Amino acid sequence: MMKKPNNMMLQTLARLIILVVLSFSIYLMLAGHNSPGGGFIGGLMTASAILILYLSFGLNPIKKVIRFDFIKIIGIGLLLPGVTGLVSIFLGDSYLKQYFDYFQIPLIGEVELTTALPFDLGVYFVVLASALTIILTIAEDDK
Amino acid sequence: MNNIIILPIIIPFIIGGILILLYKRHTMQRIISGITMLALLALSIFLAIYVHQHGTIVLEVGDWEAPFGIVIVADLLSTLMLLLSTLVGTVCLFFAFRTVSRDREKQFFYPLYLFLMIGVNGSFLTGDLFNLFVFFEVMLISSYGLIVHGGTGYQLRESFKYVIINIFASALFIVGIAWVYSITGTMNMAHMAERVSELEQTGALNIVAIILFIVFACKGALFPLYFWLPRSYFGPPAAIAALFGGLLTKVGIYAIIRTFTLIFNHDTSFTHKGLIVTIAGFTMLLGVLGAVSQFDFKRILSYHIISQVGYMVMGLGIFTPLAVAGAIYYIAHHMIVKTALFLFAGATQKITGTTDLRKMGGLIGTHPWLAWMFFITAISLAGIPPLSGFFSKFPIILAGFEEQQYVISAVALLVGLLTLFSMMKIFSYAFWGKQKHTEEQAKIPVGKLLLPILPLVALTIILGFAAEPIFTYSMEVAEEIMDPTNYIESVLKE
Repeated sequence: MMKKPNNMMLQTLARLIILVVLSFSIYLMLAGHNSPGGGFIGGLMTASAILILYLSFGLNPIKKVIRFDFIKIIGIGLLLPGVTGLVSIFLGDSYLKQYFDYFQIPLIGEVELTTALPFDLGVYFVVLASALTIILTIAEDDK
Repeated sequence: MNNIIILPIIIPFIIGGILILLYKRHTMQRIISGITMLALLALSIFLAIYVHQHGTIVLEVGDWEAPFGIVIVADLLSTLMLLLSTLVGTVCLFFAFRTVSRDREKQFFYPLYLFLMIGVNGSFLTGDLFNLFVFFEVMLISSYGLIVHGGTGYQLRESFKYVIINIFASALFIVGIAWVYSITGTMNMAHMAERVSELEQTGALNIVAIILFIVFACKGALFPLYFWLPRSYFGPPAAIAALFGGLLTKVGIYAIIRTFTLIFNHDTSFTHKGLIVTIAGFTMLLGVLGAVSQFDFKRILSYHIISQVGYMVMGLGIFTPLAVAGAIYYIAHHMIVKTALFLFAGATQKITGTTDLRKMGGLIGTHPWLAWMFFITAISLAGIPPLSGFFSKFPIILAGFEEQQYVISAVALLVGLLTLFSMMKIFSYAFWGKQKHTEEQAKIPVGKLLLPILPLVALTIILGFAAEPIFTYSMEVAEEIMDPTNYIESVLKE
């Protein structure tokens, strides 16, 4: 590895780029249940944003900032869709039946809330965490 | 109430997620996964009884109506397979508690195990061809994880081949699905069955049938696509080898039975009596010849999986109610006995430290219980009455003679004889003769290892002595799947 590389350009741009990428990835995740997007693509995009951070600032500095245990995030992500599906069983419908309604939320206005959202959120977590786990495992192998 | 049939899929899914959260605490993982498998076993016993009494249960997932939504269907065949798979899964898990090392346990052994059960249970329960593909993939991806688990050089080399052959088969599966969708315009198996019968299964539909047969034959280790099996099942620890030997090939066989009784059953003189019977003959014969030539405990057992898968497919190929009932009985017998034999191989390996028969001997003197329990299971596999092996081979061969399929029946008899020969080879090398293991090894206790296998040995005896009621049940299953109108009507509600 190079000693003290001069990557000021990269680091300055990375700060800008990940802002765009992260917000777009969250938009995609939220849009997913009835328009293009979804938990899978949103998760991949967030993973790529975090990956840009790792690339430009190095593995260890970012590890000090992002202190999540990604493996546990995979577990939580798996639980979310499973439990969301169970809700409809307790309401007396078929498994995975989805519900939606419109709500007035202050400042935002009318919003459609669906049970597909926690399902997608679970997918988002699984994809994000497994992509990062794979990449970080390979990166740590290098030493 | 219909929601109950999703539980065998969703329980391992949720528990698997919880186990990932607890990935650092393996004692906790053991307890939770053990309780989960016992609960699944109880659930599948209940389902088998319930479906037998009240008829087929259909669940339209998310209330999307068939044939547009995905359906989960529990009929007699599905629930029987479900019961057998959870039984094998429970036994192997409890055996794994005693044999799988700490290092391996830490590497997500139990979550992968439960995810494998999702795939297997889902494949048995789904009523949608594309969903069958998805559950196959869930099962295969978990099995990739389990087969390399531990990561020894041998495992990595052989599982690479396992992965490649399965990815090839999955790609072919997608081609077959796309093709059959382009012809029939549906993915729902009941709906597809209806449309195929309207089109009278000619031309392209026969080709699709053969493509799907090749795919399932690859997963089920039929001639000539069985070459990956003996070597890849040799690598992983005994509990995993037993689980794979008992379960995975049978999922392929289940898929063959389901598609070729429900959908592609209009040109039986070509597909069943021509193709499937011929393949079955070669599979049986070459599998058993492979077993006879081996001198390794686990490899002999792996080759016997191949030869016995041949019997099941032969039962389907002859395609009379008696033969299909025999095939179903054979699956039940085989899953129980083969799992037990693989676990015995694991127990002897724990004592002697090897699976090479030439380096073993005299185990009957130091571990008589192990030896006699093995003996019962081995002669059951070979088909000695009054154990279950006899009553599973008998109806298939009888139906073969009734249908004037003399060649295949003669092959089946010869294969039975060679099976007896190779089982006796294991018994005489490993258990009789001069003691070849050291005195310290002779003192290794195996009582706790034998405890999980005991129910399987008891079951092969029960299946033999209570053959009458159990065979009546298999006849019911066979008659139900030979007449697909019940399945189609319960799914499409006509």
